[in-house]
Amino acid sequence: MSDSKAAGKTRRELFEQRQRRRSTAIAATSTLLVLLAVIIFVPMTPGWEKVQKSFFNGAVLAKTFPKLIEAFKLNIMIFLWSAPLIAILGLLVALARDAKSPALFPLKILSAAFTDVFRGVPVILTVYLIGFGIPGLGLPRPWNSPYIWGSLALILTYSAYVAEIFRAGIDSVHPSQRSAALSLGLSERQVMRDIVLPQAVRNVVPSQMNMLIALQKDVSLLSFIGPVEIFRQAGVYKSLMANFTPYVGAAIIFLVVTIPATRYADFLLARQSRQRS
Amino acid sequence: MIKQTIFAAVSAALTASTAIAGGHCAAGKTLTDGKLTVATGNPAYFPWVLDDAPESGNGFEAAVVYAVAEEMGFAAADVAWVRSSFDEAIQPGAKNFDFNIQQYSITPERDEIVDFSAPYFTAPMAVLVGPGAVDTKATMEALKGLQWGASGSHTSVQKLMNDILPTKDLLLYGDNADINAAISANQIDAALFDLPTALFLSAVMIEGSKVIGQFAADESQGGDQFGMLLEDGNPLKVCIDDALAEMTSNGTLAAIEATWLQDTTGVPLIK
Repeated sequence: MSDSKAAGKTRRELFEQRQRRRSTAIAATSTLLVLLAVIIFVPMTPGWEKVQKSFFNGAVLAKTFPKLIEAFKLNIMIFLWSAPLIAILGLLVALARDAKSPALFPLKILSAAFTDVFRGVPVILTVYLIGFGIPGLGLPRPWNSPYIWGSLALILTYSAYVAEIFRAGIDSVHPSQRSAALSLGLSERQVMRDIVLPQAVRNVVPSQMNMLIALQKDVSLLSFIGPVEIFRQAGVYKSLMANFTPYVGAAIIFLVVTIPATRYADFLLARQSRQRS
Repeated sequence: MIKQTIFAAVSAALTASTAIAGGHCAAGKTLTDGKLTVATGNPAYFPWVLDDAPESGNGFEAAVVYAVAEEMGFAAADVAWVRSSFDEAIQPGAKNFDFNIQQYSITPERDEIVDFSAPYFTAPMAVLVGPGAVDTKATMEALKGLQWGASGSHTSVQKLMNDILPTKDLLLYGDNADINAAISANQIDAALFDLPTALFLSAVMIEGSKVIGQFAADESQGGDQFGMLLEDGNPLKVCIDDALAEMTSNGTLAAIEATWLQDTTGVPLIK
């Protein structure tokens, strides 16, 4: 090894360097060609001018963007108070499904039904049913607020998914650990709390990150029952100006948040698989 | 006898088509020659279209369409209906209708993307309140304190944000059915509609609700003038405008309004 360094690069290393340069050049050229094709040919299409006016209108974007960011704060708020409740409820449901005691069988059935129902129904339907249905029973203000019941709909739906992921995490801890801990004299509760859960939760963090990203986007579904969050605000501008650019603006705001989050989730996943291998 | 009827029908059809071909304004300007393709909402709402069946000609907008068609030289049978959402109507590209009629308010911003006919109706905006707020006075001061709702695609949002300036956050909905649900669930006190829609909702749809007032039609300038929506630069616009002008001057439009829209004089003006 030290010999070859003293004598410059080996033939093998030189070859590999050439190969690398070659593939970098090819990648750069093909990317450039595709970009050029998009930049040159798309504006040549007959409808481009109209599409640009309706979807990529700089003046409209400048006019609406500050208000869209303002509305996005509402998305973040709904997200922030829903996410912890989803984690708690999801974990409780997962634990209930995993209950070993025969006396807790009804709880087990109930939690299984819960996950089946709320995973099976489209989120928007749950939002409508809970958001308009429960306040329709005649609750006084402020308890009939769409913010409360809309958030509850999100919490129920997402905790059903999150519970399944937690359950998979619990299952991923090898049963021998449970037996070992029990044989050391730990109670069922202690085993779950101190041995199984810490490993289970760690194992599913990357998957739960993806749920957070999905939740962040689905908060927009609350707009159907009243709250003026970013999607509705963009829709209002779309109607007033007959222009879709505000939706593009909203998409940009979403991407600014979700792309780093997705990259982080990918990073966690990659790290996990490295550690396991 | 039968032969004679067929002959009569064929010759009638021939004369009808020659009437259009014979230098009439709309000749050659429609999607399908000799046919007028009209779009409306899905569903189309009362009192604009009755029973979601525009082809019956019942309801204010349906009646206006058939009157305009006749004025432009189309027989009633030559009017074809399609349905479209708001978004479909404003997206760029070719349209599948000659014009679209579903209470589109004419605004300068919208006019940049699509074309509008001359207004066929001027609708004042009206305040519909739920059972919990029927005692609200028809003054701007009293209206500010209400919990407001409106349709997100309606110009009433602008009216609320620019003029009424409610103290509580506005709640917005996708369509009138959702606003009804929100009023029934007591989530909102009041909503803004065009007057005919408000009167219909209060009389038929929402029990215990009331239309407490209307805004003077000229006050919210341009916001409540309904126009037919056409693709930007559609040459048919001139023909429709001519037809509407003729119908206004000979009283046809007023007669249709009297037939299909209820008397609105009982609703007080908001001060």
